[in-house]
Amino acid sequence: MATRKTTKKPNVSAEELLSYYRDMLLIRRFEEKAGQLYGMGLIGGFCHLYIGQEAVVVGLEAATKDGDKRVTSYRDHGHMLACGMDPNGVMAELTGREGGYSKGKGGSMHMFSKEKHFYGGHGIVGAQVPIGAGLAFSDKYKGNDNVTFTYFGDGAANQGQVAETYNMAQLWDLPVVFVIENNQYAMGTSVKRATKSPDFWERGAAYGIAGEAVDGMDVLAVKEAGEKAVAHCRAGKGPYILEVMTYRYRGHSMSDPAKYRTREEVQKMREERDPIEQVRGLLLTGDHATEDQLKEIDKEIKTIVNASADFAKESPEPALDELWTDIYAAEIPQEVN
Amino acid sequence: MARMTMIEAIRDAHTVAMERDDDVVVLGEDVGYFGGVFRCTAGLQKRFGVERCFDTPISELGIVGTAIGMAAYGLKPVAEIQFADYMYPGYDQIVSEAARLRYRSAGEFTCPLVIRMPTGGGIFGAQTHSQSPEALFTHVAGLKTVVPSNPRDAKGLLLAAIADPDPVIFLEPKRLYNGPFDGHFDRPSVPWSKHPAGEVETDYFEVPLGKAAVVREGSAATLITYGTMVHVALAAVEESGEDIEVIDLRTLLPLDLDTITASVGKTGRCIVLHEATLTSGYGAEIVALVQRDCFYSLEAPVLRVAGWDTPYPHAQEWDYFPGPDRVKRAIATVLEG
Repeated sequence: MATRKTTKKPNVSAEELLSYYRDMLLIRRFEEKAGQLYGMGLIGGFCHLYIGQEAVVVGLEAATKDGDKRVTSYRDHGHMLACGMDPNGVMAELTGREGGYSKGKGGSMHMFSKEKHFYGGHGIVGAQVPIGAGLAFSDKYKGNDNVTFTYFGDGAANQGQVAETYNMAQLWDLPVVFVIENNQYAMGTSVKRATKSPDFWERGAAYGIAGEAVDGMDVLAVKEAGEKAVAHCRAGKGPYILEVMTYRYRGHSMSDPAKYRTREEVQKMREERDPIEQVRGLLLTGDHATEDQLKEIDKEIKTIVNASADFAKESPEPALDELWTDIYAAEIPQEVN
Repeated sequence: MARMTMIEAIRDAHTVAMERDDDVVVLGEDVGYFGGVFRCTAGLQKRFGVERCFDTPISELGIVGTAIGMAAYGLKPVAEIQFADYMYPGYDQIVSEAARLRYRSAGEFTCPLVIRMPTGGGIFGAQTHSQSPEALFTHVAGLKTVVPSNPRDAKGLLLAAIADPDPVIFLEPKRLYNGPFDGHFDRPSVPWSKHPAGEVETDYFEVPLGKAAVVREGSAATLITYGTMVHVALAAVEESGEDIEVIDLRTLLPLDLDTITASVGKTGRCIVLHEATLTSGYGAEIVALVQRDCFYSLEAPVLRVAGWDTPYPHAQEWDYFPGPDRVKRAIATVLEG
């Protein structure tokens, strides 16, 4: 695996490191809280946690500028928090409440924010990939230098629409970074059981698309690779593929006991590669922060996450009439049986 | 005879079919090593080998398309689409190829293919894990469409579907996998082990395609339904105290019109109930046939109770879902009319 590694002494400020630490920790604590609320029955149905993958979105968000867009799959809570969406609105969508980003109508997998240029969680595997290319088309058409980050997983990488999109994106030189979050498992099927071409980024070569793989547990490596990819796109050189080697600690969804892999495999990843612990180590060994300062951040994050859970519990369910809005621009009278 | 859940009955049908006929192969996402997200294919790979029960990438178009090729040349593939909501990338192959191979080759080639899909809601799955797309299949000449409502029928119908010389869409109401859910979401479901239809023959048997079942005899009105709604209908009828006949269609196409007309001819009143959205839903087809064939017996307008014409919502699922209260209201109306 030709992944990009950062040097041992990264050229990064204390401020930057602290912000990555804070952003990754927010995602992790938020997801842990969502898991708890699910266990309590306050969140129903499907809920896909991002725990373990935090460095991917936090590293790539660090490479964006205002106006850049992002679109992703159903494992979307981390992306929303990383691009600055309100944890209250995200959590309340998980509990299906009026205060949620989609007023409770979308749920965990379907949230959007025009303000943050977040074009959704999408529940259908791979469906967001051509949409991401279309967003990039609009930017190019409008003549600005925005870039669209189109996230999808190793499972989605085998969908036919990804192949079609690669071809069109390269044909039209679209400013889109295809981010393959390779967490090794498509639900219960490991990469090796789903493809004989496991280096997903190399598939771009067939279409003439540049790309590389990067260590997705190392936020600094992700950021560096993201900057390179973005520069490629902003320079009008067309799409770029970033395969980010990452790992999800939890099951595919809350109902998945993850029996297709060993406990040891997960434990090893947590102990040796954890993205948050890595940054914590850099902060402490580089004298960028003290234990007390980090504890203070932990406390702040806990407050934010607890507040989001309270908001998500207290926000009322949407009124029944709300189910009939937002189907068309102007409501079409329909029969209620 | 043995006690089985619907999951176990479906698994048993696979096992019996694979034992009888070496040409039966099982494919789909997570069906092999992992045994299926709902466990319907658990153990098959171990027992019959990876050649006969195998994982596919997340590639619905590829799953359906390759299965059609297999079926056209001597195999009897049973393909699983993980959720009916994921079927759309494969829909082109289902409609344009599977359904038409026999016709366009003047009978020289056929497509004895079964495509299984968990269908329906009631699991807080929101818009991409709850849909009921049966009308999209019944609208296509060349396909047969089956929706079982209990373990015994699930096994017998699946065996009949596998034996059938034409492509069969086999929709499994996922809310029924573990018990006969009657729409009372606030009460625990009765397990299949306590239900008469949880008693299933262990050897080969078929429930013929195109034969409905009268699951409750009555004289005041006829309630026509299928899948999860069979149990909702029975609960509503019991609670209404009215003498209503309930028909479980089991197969939507071919349709057992004789059973319908005999019943409505007797009762003179009719309600059609389904979980799928109302407009252009399968119920419209039944209503059209009933008014044509039972016109002079009818004493009241034929009513439909169905999912509202909205995307399947995350919040307020139990208002959207056509539960026993809505069915009871329709019973009162049709008896007044």
